[in-house]
Amino acid sequence: MTDRKIVIPGEVIAEGNDYLPGEGTEKRESEIVAIRFGLAEEFNKLVKVIPLSGVYHPRRGNVVIGCVENLTFNGWVIDIKSSDTGFLPVAEVPRYVNKNDLKEVMDFGEMVVAKITEINQRGIDLTIRSRGLGKLDDGIIIEINPNRVPRVIGKEGSMISLIKNETGCRITVGQNGLIWIDGEKTEDELFAKKAILHIAENSFISGLTDEMTKWFEEEKGK
Amino acid sequence: MKTFKRPDGRKPDEIRPMKAEVGVVPNADGSAMFSFGDTVAIAAVYGPKKMHPQHLQNPKKGTLRCTYNMISFSVTDRIRPGPSRRSTEISKITEWALEPVLMIDNFKSKVVDVHISILQANASTRCAGINAAIIALAHAGIPMKNLVSSVSIGKLDKELIVDVNKYEEDWKEGEGSTDIPITMTADGKITHIQLDGKIKKEQLMEAVKMAREAHKKIYDVQKKALKEVGK
Amino acid sequence: MIETPNLTGERIKGYLEAGKRFDGRKPDEFREVSIETGVSKNAEGSARVKIGKTEVLVGIKMNVSEPYPDSPDKGNLMVTAELTPLSSPRFENGPPRFNAIELGRVIDRGIRESKFIELEKLCIKEGEKVWTVFVDIYSINDDGNLLDAAGLGAIAALKNAKIPKYDLKEEKVLYGELSDKNMPLKKDIPISLTVHKIGNSLMLDPTREEEDVSETRITIGSSNGIISSMQKGEAMSLSVEEFEKILDLTEKAEREIFKKVEKLLK
Repeated sequence: MTDRKIVIPGEVIAEGNDYLPGEGTEKRESEIVAIRFGLAEEFNKLVKVIPLSGVYHPRRGNVVIGCVENLTFNGWVIDIKSSDTGFLPVAEVPRYVNKNDLKEVMDFGEMVVAKITEINQRGIDLTIRSRGLGKLDDGIIIEINPNRVPRVIGKEGSMISLIKNETGCRITVGQNGLIWIDGEKTEDELFAKKAILHIAENSFISGLTDEMTKWFEEEKGK
Repeated sequence: MKTFKRPDGRKPDEIRPMKAEVGVVPNADGSAMFSFGDTVAIAAVYGPKKMHPQHLQNPKKGTLRCTYNMISFSVTDRIRPGPSRRSTEISKITEWALEPVLMIDNFKSKVVDVHISILQANASTRCAGINAAIIALAHAGIPMKNLVSSVSIGKLDKELIVDVNKYEEDWKEGEGSTDIPITMTADGKITHIQLDGKIKKEQLMEAVKMAREAHKKIYDVQKKALKEVGK
Repeated sequence: MIETPNLTGERIKGYLEAGKRFDGRKPDEFREVSIETGVSKNAEGSARVKIGKTEVLVGIKMNVSEPYPDSPDKGNLMVTAELTPLSSPRFENGPPRFNAIELGRVIDRGIRESKFIELEKLCIKEGEKVWTVFVDIYSINDDGNLLDAAGLGAIAALKNAKIPKYDLKEEKVLYGELSDKNMPLKKDIPISLTVHKIGNSLMLDPTREEEDVSETRITIGSSNGIISSMQKGEAMSLSVEEFEKILDLTEKAEREIFKKVEKLLK
């Protein structure tokens, strides 16, 4: 099996005991069967299904973009587009915070780039104590299906570097499908947006980086 | 073959022309349309997401919540908008038909919402709704063991037929009409069966066999629709 | 689908000041409109309207009932709208919320006040039996501007409608046996258009993203420049000058949309 192909739940992807069931699959007797819809992939006998659709499932270490939904006495409740809200404690802000005036740091409706430090029964803990994290003051936010995020970033960030270079924008891709774009001109931001949406819509294509290099040439020729 | 003729000329085991399409509601996390002839259902899935109201949350596992609704002009006699006893029951039946294949135990305190709208009705609407719903759930990336497929088997007078339409549902001659909607998993387990009318045990077992054969054809249509995504 | 963040909202506003929109349209330009009629076999008339990714389904049903005491020789009109939870993560199950009620009433007003349906021709027996026309609107996907999509859908479905046969003796509507009688409609089509104000700019046909940052809106029902219905929504005030600009904008847009609709309904 070399080609990636679309599989549906219940479909047998590989037969034989030398295969191992990875994410989105399970072993039934000697068969590896898909338990979710997506692209089947095999690498070193490990079989998995890469999801194409569906909501964002948070993971530890993910960088996400969220919106301040509430202020509590010791931090901010952040909507990160998942079924649980995130919580950013005061202690995770790398500066002095006056506890009586949290909104001076971040107010309702403001957007923030944060990293997930912990997921437990209580919820999702966030931090902005790292480079590239923190409140967003300018730019636009766009939304794509979170499953397309890996394609927008590309192998070792190759795709996102290409977009940054071509558009001159600063871009942060949240694993939850929210993307921040900030450029000199709104036109630049919208150009980056167009490129990202093009990738999200064509994420099935192999050789996407080459395709996008061509795309940029064509777009710039217009 | 028996000499019995169906009103629309179909063979006893012939399903009306089927259509399925994935992604008909762009806003949804997963969506699909499924039709048997003039019976058209669409389904949209949202979630897993936080369950509201909170008292309905199940901390032990995820919840599937289906709402089946016929739009007012889907039938000749206008339906007053809003839920009815019938739609409430079918919503629950649909949950029961789908739940056995879903693997949503990990979505604790969360809900997966499935909204089913019957856009046009010519009987077998709950079956079309279930067929659309399972494709929409798969499209939404909800983990599941298998798909399910649903069809109604009818007994008109003494004869068994597959995929009952309205005219057949209202059959009065002889022993009249018996309607048996049946849903099965792709590996042949029954997740939903209902019956209105009268039938003997032996013939009912024959009806189940007929359903199983019909389900294979329905499954092919469902599978094809999902495989088309992204092409 | 997130609420449009303030950040993006500010950019939308700023860009509009320069007369530009995120998707490249001009402020008074519609997205692609498609109208498909006769999409529902059990309705007396029906239409599916798409404006960009926004989609509504509208059906016409008719039955015979008593007239209202104040209009004994006229048919009745009932418009309802359902913002189905299927069509957006923002809509919920349960009794209709304000937005659905308002949507139905705005479309009702557009049809009723323009006298588009000749209700006097829907009288079967004065004071006793008249036709009731139900216009039922369902949202299928909300990507902004359901108001105008619903308005176009209602018009298209009415144009598509045929009156069912009625058995006077049995006092029964023979559904499924449509007569060849069209719905009695006036020639002039009332077009319902909504102008939104975002920042200092006026615009038509907002996407979901734009509608989120809209501060106020006016829906105007007009035909050949004659205005017959209007509704201002949301709490932001308008200057009289802005109001006049809105009227100019709709007058021009009405002509353009009318041309489109006429073509699509052929």
